Amino acid sequence: MNILGKLKSGLVYFDGGTGSMLQSMGLLPGEQPELWNLTHPDEIIALHKSYIAAGCDIINANTFGANPLKFDGKNLPGFEKIIKAAMGNARAACCDSDGKKVYVALDIGPLGRLLKPLGTLAFEAAVNAFAKMVRIGAENGADLVLIETMNDSYETKAAVLAAKENCSLPIFVTNAYDESGKLMTGATPAAMVALLEGLGADAIGMNCGLGPRQMKKILPELIKYSSVPVIVTPNAGLPKMRGSVTVYDVDPEEFAADMAEIAKMGASILGGCCGTTPEHIRRMIEHTRGFVPAPVSKKDFTMVSSYTHAAVFDKKPLLIGERINPTGKKRFKEALRKHNLDYILNEGISQQEHGADILDVNVGLPEIDEPKMLCECIERLQGVTNLPLQIDTSDFGAMERAMRIYNGKPMVNSVNGKAESMEKIFPLVKKYGGVVVALTLDESGIPDTPKGRAKIAEKIYKTAAMYGIEKKDIVVDTLVMTVSSDKNAASTTLDTLKIIKKDFDGKTSLGVSNVSFGLPNREFINSTFFAMALASGLDAAIMNPFSQEMMKSYYSFCALSGIDERCEEYIDFASSVTVTMQENASACVEKSDGSGLKGAIIKGLKEAASEMAAELLKTKQPLEIIDGEIIPALNFVGKGFESKTLFLPQLLISAETAKSAFEVIKRSIGRQAGGKKCKVIVATVFGDIHDIGKNIVKVLLESYNFDVIDLGKDVPPEKIVKTAKEENVPLVGLSALMTTTVPAMENTIKLLREQMPECRVMVGGAVLTQEYADMMGADSYSKDAMGAVHYAEKVYNEIKKI
Amino acid sequence: MQIEKHRAQSIKIPKDEVLRYLGYGKNTAEGRSGVLIDECIRAVTAVLDCRACYAEFDIAKKDGNLIDLGFTAVHSEALTKNLDGCDKIVLFTATIGMETDRLIQKYSQVLPSRAVVFQAVGAAAIEEYCDFLSCEIAEKYALRDLYPRPRFSPGYGDFPISCQKNIFDVLDCTRKIGVMLTDGMLMMPSKSVSAIIGFSKERTSCAESDCSGCGKTDCAFRRI
Repeated sequence: MNILGKLKSGLVYFDGGTGSMLQSMGLLPGEQPELWNLTHPDEIIALHKSYIAAGCDIINANTFGANPLKFDGKNLPGFEKIIKAAMGNARAACCDSDGKKVYVALDIGPLGRLLKPLGTLAFEAAVNAFAKMVRIGAENGADLVLIETMNDSYETKAAVLAAKENCSLPIFVTNAYDESGKLMTGATPAAMVALLEGLGADAIGMNCGLGPRQMKKILPELIKYSSVPVIVTPNAGLPKMRGSVTVYDVDPEEFAADMAEIAKMGASILGGCCGTTPEHIRRMIEHTRGFVPAPVSKKDFTMVSSYTHAAVFDKKPLLIGERINPTGKKRFKEALRKHNLDYILNEGISQQEHGADILDVNVGLPEIDEPKMLCECIERLQGVTNLPLQIDTSDFGAMERAMRIYNGKPMVNSVNGKAESMEKIFPLVKKYGGVVVALTLDESGIPDTPKGRAKIAEKIYKTAAMYGIEKKDIVVDTLVMTVSSDKNAASTTLDTLKIIKKDFDGKTSLGVSNVSFGLPNREFINSTFFAMALASGLDAAIMNPFSQEMMKSYYSFCALSGIDERCEEYIDFASSVTVTMQENASACVEKSDGSGLKGAIIKGLKEAASEMAAELLKTKQPLEIIDGEIIPALNFVGKGFESKTLFLPQLLISAETAKSAFEVIKRSIGRQAGGKKCKVIVATVFGDIHDIGKNIVKVLLESYNFDVIDLGKDVPPEKIVKTAKEENVPLVGLSALMTTTVPAMENTIKLLREQMPECRVMVGGAVLTQEYADMMGADSYSKDAMGAVHYAEKVYNEIKKI
Repeated sequence: MQIEKHRAQSIKIPKDEVLRYLGYGKNTAEGRSGVLIDECIRAVTAVLDCRACYAEFDIAKKDGNLIDLGFTAVHSEALTKNLDGCDKIVLFTATIGMETDRLIQKYSQVLPSRAVVFQAVGAAAIEEYCDFLSCEIAEKYALRDLYPRPRFSPGYGDFPISCQKNIFDVLDCTRKIGVMLTDGMLMMPSKSVSAIIGFSKERTSCAESDCSGCGKTDCAFRRI
């Protein structure tokens, strides 16, 4: 019987602390416990045996930190050797367990590195590191994989994927929550349940960090959402000094009593972490022996998640922001072609600020590499917004790659009733987890009748079930058609929706704005249709959160239907509308102080500057505005910065304001003459992830109207040279913060000199000096961003002469 | 050896320090930038998650500038000078958590003015937390008639930054407080500090904490 079979027959017990026990056996502070598998096998076996004697069902092999990043075979022995020895020791301890079956878990802890984008480790590198551990563990007789003490949802996902792809063993996962009930990187228990169930973990829960009493506070949320058994393995409270000996403040008796309560609350796999001893485990088993846990029930929550929280399809309808989609948007298409992700990130941030719960992400354009662009957008968006994302693509390859790297349980847009669509999408949903939007159309098209559409929904539900995908992970889109070409379009959509709610108790979503194609003032129709759909039971809408008409309908509906208790959200929204009106009025006052666009830029009044630029365009030539207002303002603040009468935040605020004025001018003149100065590449060099300095230079160069190509951070030399050649760029700006990455800067300059000798290079960054820059052969060193602007101006003026 | 954990519910981020990190010197911030700085202090305060872990070690001075710190031995003239007369140290790692990094990263991409201010606010916050923590530790040791030296971090003077690896091994920082170390010896979350506080029986003035102990006299952020 494997461990999953055993789980059906009652409580299952893990062992207790390892590190704290080994320290009492002589492990030195700072010494790696995993080394003891090789140097002190008898002690390790004795420790396992003492836990087996205490009555536990699963022992954890001593492999917690035996990962290839740490045990690389250079400074420390290779991880293969450690894991083999650890599994051998665990197996040896099980030999004389009096016929009782004891299971051995391959124990996997965090890699000790933070993943990108906040850290340096690439997601796939983490998956690879875990995969190597899993393969060795499985080859050497592990009965299950325990992924534990994970405090980052993304690393947890990497480990679970590695386990799924490299063995067929049961996978148990526990996370380390803190007193606030969240992981270090911010995930709530509900978010972790969504992610881990989606990935197909067999049991989930928490360990380390907290004592049993604190864990009791977090447990109800895990139990509420989880459809798989819940694991609880707390510390023995907190360490305290008593005389010269360390004691944990929860003794075995108290621990056991708390754990008995935890079992009653619904956890079915119990054990201990730091500070717990065989005695803690023995007492815990005594206290809970004979207790029959209630069977784990299936929970029916439709939920998607990000790295911080879950969005649950509940009474309150969810808003899915539709703005990240190039369809019908000229500027968006232009941004995609020019690889200008800032535009997309801003769309994401503003939609969140306007109340979106989930963001749809569609970057499909025929001429771009969609899988690559989609993944990049998802990664970058997850760096600036914590909203769950809806991956929207018809390219199955792009869909798989995006679902894989997404940090959380994504919404997937979409599947439909066609056999091919279901064959391609459902295996992905099964593997990576996700809530999938199901369109009620199939090979024969879109049925005209509600009955016909509902039938397709039924087919999709049934097919999904064959893949092991539950109804809760399907959200039906009953398809909005344009009412101007068919007067029954809206009622067919809504009637289908009602059938899905009534006959299937299913969740629904609609792309609301399609209804008004071809009609004037589309928002009138959209917002009324939206209200009708909400009244018909709509659970989520793909819509434009910037549309005040739509938001009015939404907040009013929530207040009127009793979802918005005491009308608080409505009041917030309605009063913010009034505030915006007042703000606009005060911006006008600021504008009229006589200092004009120049004054607005110096003061950093963004809205006023944009308005004034638009106003000026009616009477003046673009170049006149640039030379007469914008550049003098920038020069004014630039000089102030250099003479230390004005400081970095002011300089940047003015630069950002100038940039927004430029945007207005650019829009009016299009791509014709009077456009940008020369192209400049900016990049943080390979191996370096500090991009704040580079971004400061970028915004200043942009404010001076240079055409900046931002290659981001951690950029390989080859990529910089390739782009410089392709775009025929006369100037490259390189930034490095760390001494360790200065060599990468030098290599980049060398490669540029070899392949593009005419291109100039300017460098900057915290550790650089003029001397360093000269040694590397850079053309210019700037101690600050204004220096970079001056040099860029110089290069531009030289080119102009030629 | 016993690793203690510490948490602070709230600390007050000093605005004058934020201004100093932003290069204002003694000047005040007015207009939009003044508003921006206040907003950023509020935003960081709301997401602060101050944690630390620390442990005590007995130390011994060896030949020349070699000093045995109890968890590793290092060659450092500056550290040897700092710890002159001490026979115990407290080693700590402290952090204000991940969320400040998130704010910096988010705005670094879309609104650098805000990112720059968040950066400075984060720096001021972690220093303030370190001061708070050092004070608490010093109060404890005062009961044992032991008095602190100014805290000293890897990377100060000739105290090698590679020592971070030993510090992380012995304090188990990743597991205790969620701070990680990159290959380049930088800490994540970035607003984290590891340092040594020497303790001796004699009370010394803490004058050195005003930068006078530092040899980099052309530093733009120097206090004196």
